[in-house]
Amino acid sequence: MQYTLSILVENQAGVLSKISGLFSRRGFNIDSLAVGVTNDPRVSRITIVANGDEYVIEQLEKQLNKVIPVIKVKRLTEGAFISRELILIKVHCPAAKRAEIIKTAEIMQAKIVDAAPNCVTVEYCECNSRVNTLIDLLKPYGIREIVRTGTIAIDRGSAGVSV
Amino acid sequence: MISGAEIMVKCLEAEGVKVVFGYPGATICPFYDKLYDSEIKHVLVRQEQNAAHAASGFARCSGRPGVCVATSGPGATNLITGIATAYTDSIPLVAITGQVRSDLLGRDVFQEADITGACEPFVKHSYLVSRTEDLPRVFKEAFHIASTGRKGPVLIDIPMDIQLREIESFEYPDSVNIIGYKPNVKGHAVQVKRAVEAIRASRRPLIVAGGGVLSSGIKPKFRKFADTTRIPVISTMMGIGVMPSEHDMYLGMLGTHGKAVANRALYEADLVIVCGARLGDRAVAAPHQMSENNTVIHIDIDPAEIGKNVKTEIPIVGDMKNVLAMLNEEIGDYQVPNQWQEAVKAWKKDLYRVPPKFEGFVEPRSLVANLSSMLRSKAILVADVGQNQIWCANNFRIREGRFLTTGGMGTMGYSIPAAVGAKFARPTRDVVVVCGDGSFQMSLNELATIAGNGLAIKIIIMRNHRLGMVRELQDFNYKGRHSATILKGDPDFLKIAEAYGIDSAEANSNEEAEEILKGVVKSDKPFILVCNVYPDTPSI
Repeated sequence: MQYTLSILVENQAGVLSKISGLFSRRGFNIDSLAVGVTNDPRVSRITIVANGDEYVIEQLEKQLNKVIPVIKVKRLTEGAFISRELILIKVHCPAAKRAEIIKTAEIMQAKIVDAAPNCVTVEYCECNSRVNTLIDLLKPYGIREIVRTGTIAIDRGSAGVSV
Repeated sequence: MISGAEIMVKCLEAEGVKVVFGYPGATICPFYDKLYDSEIKHVLVRQEQNAAHAASGFARCSGRPGVCVATSGPGATNLITGIATAYTDSIPLVAITGQVRSDLLGRDVFQEADITGACEPFVKHSYLVSRTEDLPRVFKEAFHIASTGRKGPVLIDIPMDIQLREIESFEYPDSVNIIGYKPNVKGHAVQVKRAVEAIRASRRPLIVAGGGVLSSGIKPKFRKFADTTRIPVISTMMGIGVMPSEHDMYLGMLGTHGKAVANRALYEADLVIVCGARLGDRAVAAPHQMSENNTVIHIDIDPAEIGKNVKTEIPIVGDMKNVLAMLNEEIGDYQVPNQWQEAVKAWKKDLYRVPPKFEGFVEPRSLVANLSSMLRSKAILVADVGQNQIWCANNFRIREGRFLTTGGMGTMGYSIPAAVGAKFARPTRDVVVVCGDGSFQMSLNELATIAGNGLAIKIIIMRNHRLGMVRELQDFNYKGRHSATILKGDPDFLKIAEAYGIDSAEANSNEEAEEILKGVVKSDKPFILVCNVYPDTPSI
């Protein structure tokens, strides 16, 4: 089962390694991880997407709470949060296919941000599943490189995670 | 103006630290120089790992965090096993390491090691100090974190330039405010009510007591609770000592190396009240099966322990001290049904059996069983790891004293340095070490610390010329192929003792051993008794 954790931490050296260590120590892989400072410069937010059963998730939540610089841990409820990921895709693009690729990007509301004689770079910011759809659509043309930021997420409505 | 090094000493003084265990080196020299002028006693161990073990023994017997000090690089990495041992057993330590100058960090200079990184999985928290001004706050936080919530080791790594730099003034903070660290110690009233209802409804309740009861410092209250309710008690390795061994409702240690009657009680109980215990795999071999037969109430200060190993119906997060007080209030004059008490009394008769003797050898289990009667009631027994640990755990008749051993990590070589710490914490109590010939040789260098400080520690070496526990494992699981478990080339331990100026003797029968011990246990000098043990003596 895929889950998304939103973690508020003190903005200091070594916190990320403490947190990723909790996963690696147990042999769990992290699907995506994104870190950034919050509106309070002393506090950073880490968003982790990973897989595990109910027991594993509960254990990880509890272990994360034990890390001293971790302020708050919240498992975001499926369907009750908005998530976004920024992706840059460099696609193989001979002149003959350019129009086709631009059309595909348009359909998905993605942007062409760079072009060269035989390739284009597409920028896309969407939820994980739509990002994957775009990748699938561009695959047939030949993807040269993909760079993704990892998912960030926020609760819908007035709910939230704060200090 | 005041230097970082002087601030470090003043912080320790402000925390009421009287003894530190350590080993100096270049990068911690500024601190040692200032320590020279302080009232704080420094105990020079003979290897850094033993400084951590000694601090652990000190912490367990004094109820205060133990402090150990080492230099950067190998000094720091040598501490790791001791720190990890304390972490697994939830013992409060503050470990202080010197570090290379901050401008040289990461350049692999002489004796540089990333000790905060290396210790990460084994510490409750760690600091790499980057400003001299931060030292008072860091020390205050470190002692607070180590000694509150689920106790554990905290590491402070201090680069040499931070120790040398001088700042305007020193002021020790009187409180801490760590936004992400507010351990819940209170205990939930509704959960306690549910627990008491479950106890009242049960016919065969049982308490499993762990190290949490001891570290919470409530042994007398816990005993009173067990006495008034008559709920039978079994304990984990770390919980030994919560009840006097001879109490009629106490059935010994549970687990794969524990007492059959304790395991039987666990199996027959319809309600199990787990108090401050993790229930690791050596305590409950098949934890998932445990709750098939019974309802589980789990009281622990660490929410991550509840439900980790055993399925729990009624979780109570909180300090045993507070939760026990609430339970006491709620439970009134409840007493366990007579039938269950009678069953426990019947099992109790089977708790201690006299093991068969082997002619010409000391029977270690019988010797440990008789040891208590030779000692004062508050004696501290420190067992090492291996067969000696199991012999002690299952046979020592504890009264008001302590049983120290490493239950979680099982670190060989723990007993002698831990006893050093225990003796510094409780100088007037009898401190006795029981170790094997294998474990003795893992820390026999600390005989110098014992001799140098005139510590009246009595060491009993159970010598079988084997790594007995592994050898037993090989007999059971590896077709008796004794790969690397026969000790060859061991020195004459009596001559070793003599070289350190410590009196010693050798025994080949229990009568002989007891005769010797009676003469020396209460003396104010150290003593080593070498007991020759029949090599095939089983652990249980």
